[in-house]
Amino acid sequence: MRRTLADREDVLGVAMLAPALAYIVLLVGVPFVLAILLSFSNASAGSLSFEWAGWRNYAAIIGDPIFLRALRNTAIVTIGSQVLVIVLATAAAQVFRATFRGKHLARLVLLLPWAVPVSLAAIAWTWIFDSTFSVLNWTLKATHLMHGWLYWLGDPGLALAAIIIVQAWRIFPFATVIVLAGLSSIPQDVVEASIVDGAGFWRRLFQVELPLLLPVVAVAVLFGVVYTATDLGVVYILTGGGPANTTQVLPTLAFQRGVLGADLGQGAAIAVFLLPFLIVFAALMLRLARRAEVGAR
Amino acid sequence: MDGVDLSIREGELVVLLGPSGCGKTTLLRMIAGLERPTSGEIFIGGERIDADVPPRARGIAMVFQSYALYPHRTVAQNIAFPLEASGMPRSQIAEKVRWAADMFGITPYLARYPRQLSGGERQRVALCRALVRDPKVFLLDEPLANLDAKLRNMARDELKRFQRQVKRTTVYVTHDQVEAMGLGDRIAVMDRGKVRQVGTPEQVYEDPVDTFVATFLGQPPMNLLELPGALLGFRPEHFLPAAYYGAREGLRSFPLAVRRVEYLGSDRYVYGNAAGAGATVIAKLPATIAMEIAEGTEMEFAVPERTLCYFDAATGARQRR
Amino acid sequence: MKRLGLYAAAAGFMIFAGFPFYWMLITAFKQNRDLYVGAFDTSHVPWIFNDPPTLEHVRLLFGQTDFLRWVGNTMLVVVAVVIITVVIAVPAGYSLARLTGRWGERVGMGIFFTYLIPPTLLFIPFSRVVALLGLQNSLGALILVYPTITIPFCTWLVMGFMRTVPWDIEEQAMIDGYSRLAVILRVAPRLILPGILTVVVFTFTLVMQEFVYALTFISSVDRMTVSLGVPIALVRGDVYHWGSLMAAALFTSIPLAVVYNLFIDRFIQGFTMGAVKG
Repeated sequence: MRRTLADREDVLGVAMLAPALAYIVLLVGVPFVLAILLSFSNASAGSLSFEWAGWRNYAAIIGDPIFLRALRNTAIVTIGSQVLVIVLATAAAQVFRATFRGKHLARLVLLLPWAVPVSLAAIAWTWIFDSTFSVLNWTLKATHLMHGWLYWLGDPGLALAAIIIVQAWRIFPFATVIVLAGLSSIPQDVVEASIVDGAGFWRRLFQVELPLLLPVVAVAVLFGVVYTATDLGVVYILTGGGPANTTQVLPTLAFQRGVLGADLGQGAAIAVFLLPFLIVFAALMLRLARRAEVGAR
Repeated sequence: MDGVDLSIREGELVVLLGPSGCGKTTLLRMIAGLERPTSGEIFIGGERIDADVPPRARGIAMVFQSYALYPHRTVAQNIAFPLEASGMPRSQIAEKVRWAADMFGITPYLARYPRQLSGGERQRVALCRALVRDPKVFLLDEPLANLDAKLRNMARDELKRFQRQVKRTTVYVTHDQVEAMGLGDRIAVMDRGKVRQVGTPEQVYEDPVDTFVATFLGQPPMNLLELPGALLGFRPEHFLPAAYYGAREGLRSFPLAVRRVEYLGSDRYVYGNAAGAGATVIAKLPATIAMEIAEGTEMEFAVPERTLCYFDAATGARQRR
Repeated sequence: MKRLGLYAAAAGFMIFAGFPFYWMLITAFKQNRDLYVGAFDTSHVPWIFNDPPTLEHVRLLFGQTDFLRWVGNTMLVVVAVVIITVVIAVPAGYSLARLTGRWGERVGMGIFFTYLIPPTLLFIPFSRVVALLGLQNSLGALILVYPTITIPFCTWLVMGFMRTVPWDIEEQAMIDGYSRLAVILRVAPRLILPGILTVVVFTFTLVMQEFVYALTFISSVDRMTVSLGVPIALVRGDVYHWGSLMAAALFTSIPLAVVYNLFIDRFIQGFTMGAVKG
């Protein structure tokens, strides 16, 4: 029997892959390139014009204090929330790796922040942070942990803190789940060998488990950073970038200028600005993951 | 585990031998402190070890089947790990690592990572790491299982020499009876959580206490023939053509209907039915016995009476006659 | 003692993760006079029902807002995007896991990382593309754009899933006389079914959770999706009706949470196998 087309694995493989690749190239790849191109233009959403503008947009935003503030805020929120996430997730993973009664219920509850749509979580937290009715303030006051009053969303510093809290809250379940999976993939006998070798809990954690967790943790951190640095929903709904543009982050600013303000060129520049950092960061995390993974074979 | 009572002498190498699931690894892990017995006591060096005592306080060192080397640490760091855990000063650690590496000849590998080593080299590193703790007891869990068959003999030899050299009590787990016989000063044959017999290799081989031990040791396993009221056991290497034995006292002979002869180089295995009985018996002829054995013929085979073992048909226990 | 600490810590995490939902629940059913009490009044405990619960917010939500309409819109988009995603991502994932060998792994990783290209970058060019296509303010825009999120993610999910399925059954079929194509069409579907289910579920959740594109493309209230409408348009004349808002948030969250919890193991499996070992 001759080999027909129906046997050609390579042809079948490409055929089955082609629609996905086409979709991604056309609807992700092309817009991606377009975004970069737009940032060098002075296009606006109204007309179909496309005039080359060189570095003008970038120069404009770098000189703009609101942009610089947004840049700073993005960094603060991302770093602050992710540090929090790492700490919370590592601790939570230690707790949830043990078996105890009601563990499944606990896991369900733990996953809620991540399962819920960002916008709905954000609106719920807006209500929680409300200046007059904040249940958080009530609790702090009732337990005598606070004596004044916290105008969470009205004060620039507090608002940023609120954003950090919400981001950490919604991402740490994801990170916990990833760390837990990583923990269970650590070869048991290596851990037991370290027990027999005399390592106590902390030495085991820091010198055996965490290094072996590195590939998984690196990818989780990457995701967390990308999710937070590129997130629009939380900030948009919680503060709208206010008060007075003090809590703008790059995504919300890009939206404000590029979509609402129809200045596609500038909007693109703002959105594209972080890209190099994200790419470098991603490459770094992946290299870390690869190196640690290869070493672990 | 189902009632194990085992005493091990200082400096000896005891092998826990048995099929998978017999509990040998569980027993080893209980000694190590990685698992708790529901009842019973463990004494190490004459001292009773409480079930709560962690592995590191028991004066034991363990080599796992997979060697369990820390993949993210170099060989030197692997060996140093237990010393670091015990709080030894850094200069002392470096010296000890060098000494241990020297003893196993792995000094050239100190800067390498486990993934860059061969199976045999990894085994040596694992032993090194165990030795460096200066333990009272070595616990080895099938350390040769992951090696190529060809390497196993050499590795076994090295292991035995090492153990003789350090003179440390060793408990060794394996399912490979050749390994057990080659390594053990004494062997504890285990089955389903019980220790069936403890003895020197000669004792467990030539004087088995029940059918399990008798058939577990020996390749091919001991032949068992059903007789009225008992099982008759004889080893294949004693079951030879009567012509070979010639006229001699104390022989028991059977006519063997030869079904198949396997030529295996150093031996020949003859498969056949003996004395009209349905069960297949095997005879193991060394290559030095060159006489022709034809398949499909019947030949007279004999076995010396003093090598016969009788077992109770119901319990499998050895009957002394 | 250690056990106690463990339970306390677990409780702590649960409270941190879960209290907003409890607060959603309470707010949704509290009478307004029990709800709108200034928080500086520590004599009034907001965490409990001081007055009997009420259904008025729920009634308002379903009766006098566009909520149900948004649910309908969202469902429409979900169904369309699920179909598109399954048709495109499942064969792609299968192909990458079974048919393309070494270069397939690389491509798979590449596809996975397109998932990381943020909507808050692509929404700028998209706002123009969508306008050009005349799809502004339509659900069609969402149906067009959402697969850019779901396809990369689900392709890689299916890839990861296929790695856990042994090759035996398919190889046996090939030995038994089926061509490769026949194996794909007849034998593989049964094997991939759990993977397809996972794709459906995650597409559902990804669509329900999406906010940025909805915000960018949809402007009229009657076209909104739940994720967009609830926080943006459930406002009547500058007043946030928190009771109804929280009811909406709650009703949307619960099915998602249940679904997530059921499928989380599959996701983790895909994640750790795909991202790390890939």
